[in-house]
This record gives sequence, C-alpha cells and structure tokens, in this order.
Amino acid sequence: MLEVLQLTVRHGYLQALTDVSLTVSAGETVAIMGANGAGKSTLLRSIVGLHRPTAGSISLEGRPITTLPTHARVREGIALVPEGRRLFPSLSVEENVLVGRTAGRPGPWTTDRVYQLFPWMGERRHEPTVHLSGGEQQAVAIGRALMTNPRVLLLDELSLGLAPVMVQRIYGVLPQLVKDGMAVLLVEQDVRQALRVANRFQCLLEGRTTLEGTPAEATTAKIEAAYFGLAGRAAPGSPA
Amino acid sequence: MMARTATGTSTVRVTRSRRSALWGLIGAAVVVILLATLPYVVFADVTDLLVNAFILLVLASMWNLLAGYCGLISVGQQAYIGVGAYTVLVLAQNGINPFIGIPVAVLVAAVIAVPVSFLVFRLRAEYFAIGTWVVAEVFFLVLIRFRSLGGGTGTGLPGLALIDPTFRQALTYWSALAVAAAALLGTYLLLSSRMGLDLTAIRDNEVAARSVGVRVTWAQRIVYIVSAGGCGAGGALLIISQLNVLASAIFSVSWSAKMIFIALIGGVGSIEGPIVGTAVYTVIQQTLAQFGAWYLILLGAVAVVVAMFLPRGIWGVITDRLHLQVFPVGYWLHR
Amino acid sequence: MNWVNAIIQGILLGGLYALFACGLSLLFGVVRVVNLAHGDFAVLAAYLALAVITTTHVPALLTFIVVAPFFALVGYALQRIIIQKSLEVSPLTTLLVTFGLSVVIQNLLLVTFSADSHSFDVGSLVSASLRVTPELSIGAVSLMIFLTAVVVLVGLQLFLSRTAMGRAIRATADDQEASSISGVNTRHVFGIAAAIAFATVALAGLALGTYSSFDPSGGPARLIFAFEAVIIGGVGSLWGTLVGGIILGIAQAVGAQVDPSGGVLAGHLVFLAVLALRPQGLIRARLAG
Repeated sequence: MLEVLQLTVRHGYLQALTDVSLTVSAGETVAIMGANGAGKSTLLRSIVGLHRPTAGSISLEGRPITTLPTHARVREGIALVPEGRRLFPSLSVEENVLVGRTAGRPGPWTTDRVYQLFPWMGERRHEPTVHLSGGEQQAVAIGRALMTNPRVLLLDELSLGLAPVMVQRIYGVLPQLVKDGMAVLLVEQDVRQALRVANRFQCLLEGRTTLEGTPAEATTAKIEAAYFGLAGRAAPGSPA
Repeated sequence: MMARTATGTSTVRVTRSRRSALWGLIGAAVVVILLATLPYVVFADVTDLLVNAFILLVLASMWNLLAGYCGLISVGQQAYIGVGAYTVLVLAQNGINPFIGIPVAVLVAAVIAVPVSFLVFRLRAEYFAIGTWVVAEVFFLVLIRFRSLGGGTGTGLPGLALIDPTFRQALTYWSALAVAAAALLGTYLLLSSRMGLDLTAIRDNEVAARSVGVRVTWAQRIVYIVSAGGCGAGGALLIISQLNVLASAIFSVSWSAKMIFIALIGGVGSIEGPIVGTAVYTVIQQTLAQFGAWYLILLGAVAVVVAMFLPRGIWGVITDRLHLQVFPVGYWLHR
Repeated sequence: MNWVNAIIQGILLGGLYALFACGLSLLFGVVRVVNLAHGDFAVLAAYLALAVITTTHVPALLTFIVVAPFFALVGYALQRIIIQKSLEVSPLTTLLVTFGLSVVIQNLLLVTFSADSHSFDVGSLVSASLRVTPELSIGAVSLMIFLTAVVVLVGLQLFLSRTAMGRAIRATADDQEASSISGVNTRHVFGIAAAIAFATVALAGLALGTYSSFDPSGGPARLIFAFEAVIIGGVGSLWGTLVGGIILGIAQAVGAQVDPSGGVLAGHLVFLAVLALRPQGLIRARLAG
C-alpha cells in the first residue's frame, strides 16, 4: 500500500534521514521506534509532505506521491495524527473533527462514526478543545485524521504526555481501524507498547534503519543495541 | 583548534579575517583620503552630489543595521532625520555653529530613541514597521506646531551666512565625508565586536540565538538607538547642505523609501551593500529623475522584484561568487 | 452640544475605520502579512469606481457591485502570485514588497489621474441627516457607512463560524501545518482570505470617496488609521476593529473640537497610550494570533 524507498531528508545542515526504506500493507500495523532525534517524526512528516526529500521516493498503491503537496497527499489517502495533537484552539471539538472533511475524500467516516469510536465525544462536541484532557485531545486528533477517510494512517507518538490507562484506551481502537483494511504506520518511544500492537517494527538511529523484524523476533538485547547504537562503539562518552 | 566530528577528528584553524580583507581596509582608507581632496580638484556641483550620496549612504547603512542584523523593518527612521535637522536648527537659532550641531544631533536623536524603543518594541515584527511610521508622523505633527521652528512652511538655517560659500560647501562636503566614514567604521566596529556576533546570530535565527543566551531585545534596542543617532546625523547634514528645512519634506516617508531601495538593491545584511546600493541609486536618480513619477514607479517595481528574487542584493551576488568581503565581520574556517 | 456631536461623529467615523481595519486584520490573522499598500489599494478602488462612473454613468453607490468582486479577484491573484512567493523568501519580505507596491500604486495613480482630489457625487445624500433631537443630527452618509461596516463585520463573522471555508480559514489561522495535514489547501485558503480582505478594502475605498475625498497620496494615512484601529481594538479580534475604530474616531473628533488641526494628532496619541499601557488592545483575541 505505502512504499518508502531510500528516503533521504535534510533539515538545513542536518541530515535527518539517510536511505530509509519501508513498506506497509493494507491491514498491517508497522511501528517505527528509536530515541529522540532518531528521525522518526521526520519520517512521518516527510511521508505526508511537510518535508521535501533530497533523495528517494514515496508511493501509495504504486502511484508516486513524492512531489505532491501535503493537501493532495491527504486527498490520495494519507493522514497524519501529529506529535503533540496540534488541535485548533479557536475551534470546538466538532469543528476540529469536521476540518478533516475539507479534502472531500469519499469513505465511511462521518462525525457520527467518530463519536461511536469515542463515545464521550458526542456530548462534548461543542466545547473548546482547551477544556479537554490530554487523552481526550488525542482522540479528537485521531477523529480529525479519520474524517479524511485515509487508506494509510500515520500516528506520531500517541502516548506522549498521556497516563498509561489513557494510552491503552487510545491504542485499543486500532483493531477496529485496521480490520477495514487501513494501513497503520506508527511512531512510538514506548517500545513495549509499540511491540504489543505492531505486526512489524523498524528501529531508527541517527536517521538510519538499524533493525527490522516482527515482535516475535525482538529480543531486549537486539532492541537496545538498535535503539541506542551501542553495538560497535567502544569509547565511553562518545555521541550516542 | 581541534574539532571532534562523528567521522573522526580533523584540524581546523579559525581566524578573524583573511589577508585580502586587510587590504580592503587599507584600500578604504586610501579612498577616503582621496575623496577628501576633491573640493580642491572639482567644482561644487560634484561635491554637492557626493554630499547627497554620503547622506543616503549613512541613512541606508543605518536602516540596514536594523533590518539586516536585527530583522526589524522600520518605515519610520525619518523621525530621527527630522530630529537631527531640527536640533541643528534650534542650536543655530541660539548662536551655535551648525557644524558643531552635528554630533549634538546624533546624541539628541539617540536619546529620544530610548523611550520610543520601549513603545515600538511592544509591537511584533510585522506591525513594528507601521508603528515606527506612526511615531514619525507624531514627531511631524508635534513639530509643525512650533512657529519658531517654521511651523508647516519651513524656515532657513541661520548662522552660516557669513562664511564664504565655496568654503561652506567644502566644509559641508568634509562633514558629510567624515560622517559617512564614521558611520561605516562604527558599523564595522559594532559588528566585529561581541555585540556583532550576537547580532549576526539574531539575523540568522532569532529563536536559536535567544536559546543560547543572546540578549536579543537588549541588542535590538542598542541597534535601534545607534540607527536613530545615525539618522540624526543625516538630518543634520541635510539641513546644513540645504540651508533650510521643511517639516513635511524632512519627515517624509520617502526617506524610508530611499533607504529601503538602496539597502535592497545593494544587499541587506552586509556593510558593503549600502555602498553599492547608494552608487546604483545615485546613477538612477541622476539619469531618470527628470521623468518624475515614472522614475518612482520604476524604483518601486525594482524594489519589489529585488526583494522577491534577489534578496541579498547586488553585493550578495558578488560575495557569493567571489567570496569577497571588504569589511570582514565573520570568521573564516581553514582546513 | 458640540461635544456630543463630536462624539457621535467619532462613533460613526469608527465605522469607516473599521471597514479599513478589518481587511488588514484578516490578512494578518490568517496569512501573517501586513500589507503596507493597504490604504493605497483602497484609494485605487476609489479611482476605479470613478472610472466606472465616468464611463458608464452608474450611480456612485452601486459601483461596489463591480469594484468589490474585481478587487476580490485582484486580492486572490496578488496573494497566490506575489505574496506567497515573498513569504517563502522570508517572512518580512512581504513588508518590503508591499511597500514597493505602495510606491508604484501611488505614482501610477498620480500619472493617470493627476494630483487633484476627488469625491463621489451622491446627490442629496451628502447633506441629508437624521434629526435625533432639536440640536443633534446625524449625517446620512456617516450612518450609512457605519451600518455598512456592521453588516460587513456580521457577514464576516457568520462566514467564518458557519461555513466550511470559514472553518478552514480559522483552522489555517490557528495552525497552518495542522491545517494542511487535515487536507486543507492552505495556499488556496490564503488566497480566499486575501480576496475577502481586498473586497473589504474596496468597500472602504468607496466609503472614503463618499464620506470625504481621495487623492493619489491618501493611502498611507488610511493605512495608519486602519493599523491604529486594529491595535487599539486588539490584534486578532474582528469586533475589536470596530471598537478600535470607534475609539480612534472619537479621539480624532474630540481632538478636532479642542484644536481644529489637532484631530489626527489626538488619534495618534491615544494609539500610543494604548500601546504603552495595554498593548494587547481592548478586546481579547478570538482568532488566535
């Protein structure tokens, strides 16, 4: 469904991603893991078009989208739930969710269906989003992305700033989304959480892929090495 | 100095300036000396032209300091041009030689800029421009209420009538040359100092500069005050060279238009830029001013095109191609 | 009674200033651009209306039917072609570009129309007035302009809060990136915002020509009054532009009562006082800015 091939992205003088490749199929959940600054967010943001790559390509169902502007990619079926939620402060809950309809992609998602997924939301839909808790805001952000009727859903650090119970509940809705064939690519710092929901995973370190596999193959030692990059570096005090 | 990089260690040498820059400074000094001899060599209309050019150079450099190094676009520096001119007028009306009034004008403009800065800095960058314009308008509206200063109809500058005209013109020329040289030298010294490093950091990325401890507002305020002082000198020179002042002309926003045009064409964010810009502007003015409004339309259109497509101006192009800097204020990395 | 008259005049003048200010505020709130040629475009609209009147003999009050939509198109094109490009160079390039445009427009008008000032002939409306009390009467033109301003502001408010495009505009004003990842074509939204802003600028120019007179160099003064109204009322608030405009109008009218030539200065001083004492203006923002 989604194919990223040898993606290289620079931020000014910093090379954020180097030769990163991945695929996500319909109904699959792939987790990208890594420490802060490894390039995980940059990867998701590049897929949705917020960064232009210097090399590499991105395709959706075989169709290259590397040069499309962000809103056009959304129209093709890619949606991002960004790090930090990024809700619109001057819009109500329902208005936030409705913005997702702007691209006009056909599909099953409506405000009613979003309110079914998150039952508490219907009653509070006219409230300003600043009144909501972190977990509730995360739900609104997901709802907004779902309203674009995506084929590929990108989730950036859903668990950030949320209590563990909230995190479980948020991730709990994932199975309902993928059973209809949606592909999910998620970024998660919490390794355990990521491995619990993913079919496959990929580790990034300093912009490069250091490990790929299925949760079954993942051992603590391998993950640590790939996450922190300790394998092969002897000198203490070296940059991690 | 050894620098450790992810791919290993390498040796880099960091120096303040290359030898070519030293020659640049010597060359500049020679040029100034040669220019100083001009009153003995050419007629007054040439030196008068140069006086206007020097004034524009000073004004454009001051605008460039604010915009190029602080990211503050002001459309109201004419406030201090007026302050400078009227300071000289007041002093002359009280018997003080106008030429002595020039440094006083600088001081008065700088002092007035202090409280004004507290007001206009409350405005975010985009609104700062109009805010400075309003301040200039207020200065104008307040000043025309004073009959003794000529009100709205202008007045002549006393105190220079007894000097031989040729000598007066030469003296005006040397003053303008001195002020221009001082402005450029002062700018160079400011930018080579610790403050200059802060300013370059602000220019490159204000948020990043703030995050490493650069006192951004303090630096911007200093530059605003210096810029005001420089414009005050420009105003003083204007009233001396014109021998009269008209409030609506001296406080006119067209001064900002000229400063902006010159700085844009020459290159914002470098010391050499305003020099190039003044030269280009003077040529355009001499050849096209006869066409009146059309020449201004051309100027405005060129400003738009240059701002959009050539943001670093002519000097920016030269610097990029030839790696040339006459007044080096950066650091060079040698491998 | 002169004082009451002055205050009433000032309030109504606030309507004119609000018409000028709302376009400036909208463009800045959404696109983050301050258009230094704002006042000059208003004057341009007035001259365009003049040309329409002299060629078609349409009554002055109806020219907005042609001029406002035309200006909306101009605004959209200007935004997508010139301002967008300038924004990509650096955020402050737009100031320089619009300043250049200001110079170009003023001098083009000068060359085309001469420096004479003009105003619109609205026949008997000029002297018509509403007699409120035996000593107090309100000019019909001023009242009309004030009501127009209110209608425009209400219309804008409804548009922003009730329509999908209005929602997209508010979202983009809040967070441009989040808006684009939600599928909003932010460049198009910027264009629409500019189109609306320029339509209001056109109305403001027509109002100016009806209320007083205009000449090629009148743009900068209008820009300054619009700006002052925005700051006094509070950046980011639509109704704030009306409040700001009214306060500015009152300050100018009262100032003129004190000293015939001191009206404008009084307005400036009130603006500076607000800037010094309460820089966020008098109405807290509703559009996040």
